[in-house]
This record gives sequence, C-alpha cells and structure tokens, in this order.
Amino acid sequence: MSFVSYLINGISLGSVYAIIALGYTMVYGIAKMLNFAHGDIIMMGAYVIFIVVSMMGMPALVGVLAAIVVCTLLGVLIERVAYKPLRGASPLAVLITAIGVSYLLQNVALLLFGANTKAFTSVVGVPALRLAEGQLVISGETIVTILSCIVIMIVLTTFIKKSKAGQAMLAVSEDKGAATLMGINVNKTIALTFAIGSALAAVAGALLCSAYPSLTPYTGAMPGIKAFVAAVFGGIGSIPGAMIGGILLGVIENLSKAYISSQLSDAIVFSVLIVVLLVKPTGILGKKINEKV
Amino acid sequence: MAMLEVKDLSVYYGVIQALKGISFSVNEGEIIALIGANGAGKTTTLHTVTGLIPAKSGHILFEGKDITKVPGYKLVSMGIAHVPEGRRVFAQLSVLQNLKLGAYTRKDKKEMEDTLEMVYERFPRLKERKNQMAGTLSGGEQQMLAMGRALMSHPRLIVMDEPSMGLSPIYVNEIFDIIESINKDGVTVLLVEQNAKKALSIANRAYVLETGTIALSGDAKVLMDDDSVKKAYLSE
Repeated sequence: MSFVSYLINGISLGSVYAIIALGYTMVYGIAKMLNFAHGDIIMMGAYVIFIVVSMMGMPALVGVLAAIVVCTLLGVLIERVAYKPLRGASPLAVLITAIGVSYLLQNVALLLFGANTKAFTSVVGVPALRLAEGQLVISGETIVTILSCIVIMIVLTTFIKKSKAGQAMLAVSEDKGAATLMGINVNKTIALTFAIGSALAAVAGALLCSAYPSLTPYTGAMPGIKAFVAAVFGGIGSIPGAMIGGILLGVIENLSKAYISSQLSDAIVFSVLIVVLLVKPTGILGKKINEKV
Repeated sequence: MAMLEVKDLSVYYGVIQALKGISFSVNEGEIIALIGANGAGKTTTLHTVTGLIPAKSGHILFEGKDITKVPGYKLVSMGIAHVPEGRRVFAQLSVLQNLKLGAYTRKDKKEMEDTLEMVYERFPRLKERKNQMAGTLSGGEQQMLAMGRALMSHPRLIVMDEPSMGLSPIYVNEIFDIIESINKDGVTVLLVEQNAKKALSIANRAYVLETGTIALSGDAKVLMDDDSVKKAYLSE
C-alpha cells in the first residue's frame, strides 16, 4: 500500500512540475528562448497568495485569482522590458538576460518580504480521501493538484487546436516570417504565450506551496529547474511532452526518495535525464528539428 | 493612379546597400514581372513592399496610402498577400489549417468558407489532401498551397516570389497558368521570377533589376525582343 501512496504523491508532485514545464515549453516553442525566470514567477505568485490570504484574510480563491493576475502581468512585463528588445540577438544574450531576471526577481522578493521563511496556508479546502480502511490516505492537495493538471492539459490543448490565437501560436512557432505574411502579429502572439505561461506558474505556485508550505524568495528556483528538466525530458517545445516529462520526473523523484535515498533523489532524477538524452537527444516526444538548407 | 507606387526606395543590410533608390509602379489588373540575376535585389524589393524589411528612404504607396512604415502583419488586411520564396508552408500543420491561417485577418466566417470553396475549386488537389500535413506535399503542391493560402485573405494585390523555383517543367507550366487565371479573376500580380522567359510571357510590363537599380523597364513583349535582355536573361 505504501508503494501506491508514494506513486500517487509522485504523480502529484509531477503534476506541479508539469504545469510549470508547460510554461517553459510553450515559451521555448514560440519565442525559441529558455525563460529561466519562470521558476521565480511561481515564487512571486505564492507571495501574492500569502499576502492576500494570510495577511489580509481574504478567501483562498481570491488569493489564487490575484496571483494569476499579478503573475500574468509580471510575465508580460518581463517579456516586454527584458526579452523583446533582444529579438534577433544571439541566444546566449537572451539566456544571460533570463538568468539576470531570475536573480532580480529573487532579490526583489528578498527586499520586499525578507529572508525568513513564511508559513504558507494551504489554498486547498478539499478533505483527504481515505481508502482501503484508512491504509491509503490521499491528501486534498494531492487530489486537487492532479485534477488541476488534467484540466489545464485539456483546456490548453483545446485552446491551441480550436482557437484562432492557438493556431497563430502554432504558426509563429514554426515560421515567424510566414506567420507575419498571414497577418499575425508575432509580438502579440509571443506576449500572449508569456501571459499563459505565467498564469500557469501562479497556479503551480499555489499548488506547490499548499503541498510544501514554506515560502522563501528561493522557493521557485529548484522546482523551476526541475520543471525545465521535465520539459527537456519530454521533448522541449512539445506540450504533451511537458506533461509526461513532469509526471515521470515527479514519480522518479518520489520513488527514489522512498526506496533509495532522500539525499540522492535529485542526483537520480538528473542521471535519468542524462541517460534519456543520450538515448534520445530530442527527449521523449521531441521532434527532430530539420534545419533549413 | 497606380495601385502600388514605389518611389526612390533604398534598403540597406548593415552597410551594404541592397536597393539604390528604385522606382516602379503596378496598375490595377496588371501582371508586373521583376526579373534579374541572383542578388539583384528582387526578393529584397518584395520584402520591403510587404513590410518584412524596413526601408531606409523612399516611399511605398498602396492605393494612395503610404505603407512604408506600416508593419508587415497589417498589410494583409489592407489587401496585399505575399507568396514567399521557398513557399514556407507550415509543414507541421494540415493543408486546411494552412489555408485557414491564410484567412487569419478575416472576420466573416461565411465569406471565409466561400473563399475556401473557391480555392478548392482552383486547386482540387488541395481539397483531396486537406487533412494531410503540408510538409508531406510535393513541391508543386506546396506551391499551390502557398498560393491558395495567400488567396484566402482575399487580396487585391498578390506578390509572388519565385513561384516556379525548383519545380518540374510540368508544374512550372501549371503554376504560370494559375497565375494568369488568378489575374483574370481581378487580382493584380507582382511577380519575381528567375524564369524570365515564362514571366515575360504572361506579364503586361516588366522591370529588369541589376545590382539594386532598375536597368530596363517597359512592355513585356518589347523586353522579350530586347537584345540585352535576350542575352542576359533569356539565354539565347
């Protein structure tokens, strides 16, 4: 029974990684850049919830909505101020800028909220599920996290398949010049992608801090990196890939914590990534990129 | 008044001047050919007209409006469509998705469906393959898709960059027939072609570009008999 419990918790943790990885992979697919500040947007979202819910005493849902609004605006602002001027610059310059933005956000949070750990109150009000005569307990956070991940996946896939803006995103990810010739505003489409990715980061922040309720300015950094690994693992640029990568990563991490060593779990996660990339360099669902001749 | 009027247009790539103050015009209903060797500035001219490259100086007027500084994506709804060199269809998307993206700027769904039917009528092969990935089409079919996609925006001016490039002779003839029939249906055509002979045979007028300047211009039939044109571009 404990195995099932570890597995479910792994899927739950993996669902958080998957939601974060979606932001990474969408931005990469469309803007062809790695937004290393993505993890820190999660942390900003969690602080917004902390302020609204724990300090101002508002309902949890209001806190989550406020976090989504703030993170969306923050993501669009970062893209506008830091990344848009670098369109056409070398990928290295963009990457360094993204790392810079990441440190900037961490230090702004340090300045605003201080270095001491804040106790985060869970935003989930769902009671735990007791199965098999109380031998298997699934927490409300776990249930909500897994369900959120499934809903987000369905909504996002439908949005991209069915909506005009979603089709524009596909067109921009494939060929920005040709997309412009269709009358698509490429800059607006990239901004929309950052908005969606950052809104998802806010949701991820709420779920992550509800399950692991300690909040510091560095809370987003490690999950951010792991979600990046998950995105690469599944095949960067691929939305189902981010989902699969995230969940696999969470499961591997939790099972190695349970059965091998909790100190070594991160090392095991990254070793698996290295092996996967050695065997399939594009990740599990990644497409081979055909460079134009 | 000309539909498209290009006045004294200069374009630079860094310090290199690609267009050295060229002027030309396209009247409504015409097929205009821009011919010239590789690197003469033909594609640069088209890209500047459709807003993909900024002009350093000079003016581009479309139906009397100055569009020199208008961003490329806005020109589609103004009535200009661009069939790019190398077709640039969205390879990972289906034929139908490609065509629908061509109508991205259109609001009226019913009108869009009507245009789609017209495009299918003109290119029956696209209808047969509407659910196929564009990347799996042959070169000629991709060219048809690129043209159909451009027609989906219901343009008044269609700009085509090397539509016959890399196609088999049968497809080349078919593509030129299609260009003529698109023109007969009332769309003005600005055509850039390596295949000068074919281009001149369907064009009303033509401009010969040489290293960023217009070396010759005039009636296409007259240019076809011009000795210097024959020698340089018609390989006779």
